[in-house]
Amino acid sequence: MIHALTFYLFALVGVLSAVKVVINRNPVHGVLWLILAFFNAAGLFVLMGAEFIAMLVVVVYVGAVAVLFLFVVMMLDINFLSLREGLLKYLPFGAALAAILAVQVIVLFLDWSLAGEAMTLRAAPAPDLAEVSNTEALGNLIYTQYVYLFQVAGLLLLVGMVGAIVLTHRPSPSVRRQKIGEQVHRPRDQVLDVKTVRSRGGI
Amino acid sequence: MWEIGLAHYLTVAAILFTLGVFGIFANKKNIVVIMMCIELMLLSVSINLVAFSAYLQDMVGQVFTMFILTVAAAEAGIGLAIVVVFFRNRGTIEVEDINSLKG
Repeated sequence: MIHALTFYLFALVGVLSAVKVVINRNPVHGVLWLILAFFNAAGLFVLMGAEFIAMLVVVVYVGAVAVLFLFVVMMLDINFLSLREGLLKYLPFGAALAAILAVQVIVLFLDWSLAGEAMTLRAAPAPDLAEVSNTEALGNLIYTQYVYLFQVAGLLLLVGMVGAIVLTHRPSPSVRRQKIGEQVHRPRDQVLDVKTVRSRGGI
Repeated sequence: MWEIGLAHYLTVAAILFTLGVFGIFANKKNIVVIMMCIELMLLSVSINLVAFSAYLQDMVGQVFTMFILTVAAAEAGIGLAIVVVFFRNRGTIEVEDINSLKG
């Protein structure tokens, strides 16, 4: 009963905030609704027993991705209202497409069953929750069986980071950088001037 | 009604995914909102994976949810970087104007 009520609370608020993301006028508010949707999805993950993924969603999606969106939306100096002009033009087509998709998926759910041997084909059956916690079980998997995929995921993040920096970095003219090549290749007569100094005279 | 099973979670995920698709068409001009809708769709796929993982008692679904999260973060970072660079050069982020990225 409580489980069901919590599920309906999270599901309803999540879906409503997703609706607000889609139909919002102000993208800043849209990002805030997106954050609410992420939080509710994290609640659903907790209900399903995937606590680590839930915390990861809160940290990565809310803490990094949504804040990044907020940053960019606030940084771009655009009249967002003018970007909504075509809304009514595309609305019927989008609504029709979404309705078709929803009907197809729900029909799929109504007539659906698990294959007979599905339970024996599991790649990594979850251990007993009383002995091994969700986080520990996940760690046992990603550092053994999926270690290469895990490393590739890290590499992907590195490439993403380098790409984002390369794309947005602007060398500023006010910053004076050390040019080692020029320094090393200066000829001697540019730097050094040998003078003969007379005794008691000076230059 | 009071017994929450796999189908409930899958329905929520399907609704979220549909909303994401709808949002892409409804906000066809604003690339930032389109990317937010893509994040919604990725989130709904994650819900699907975790729901099946919980239903089958198989941890692999959660492992792959982590990879989806990684890809989503990298995609958002690169995508928003491109949007910022494009806005700097052209002063607009209308999708219809983004046809000069051919190189």
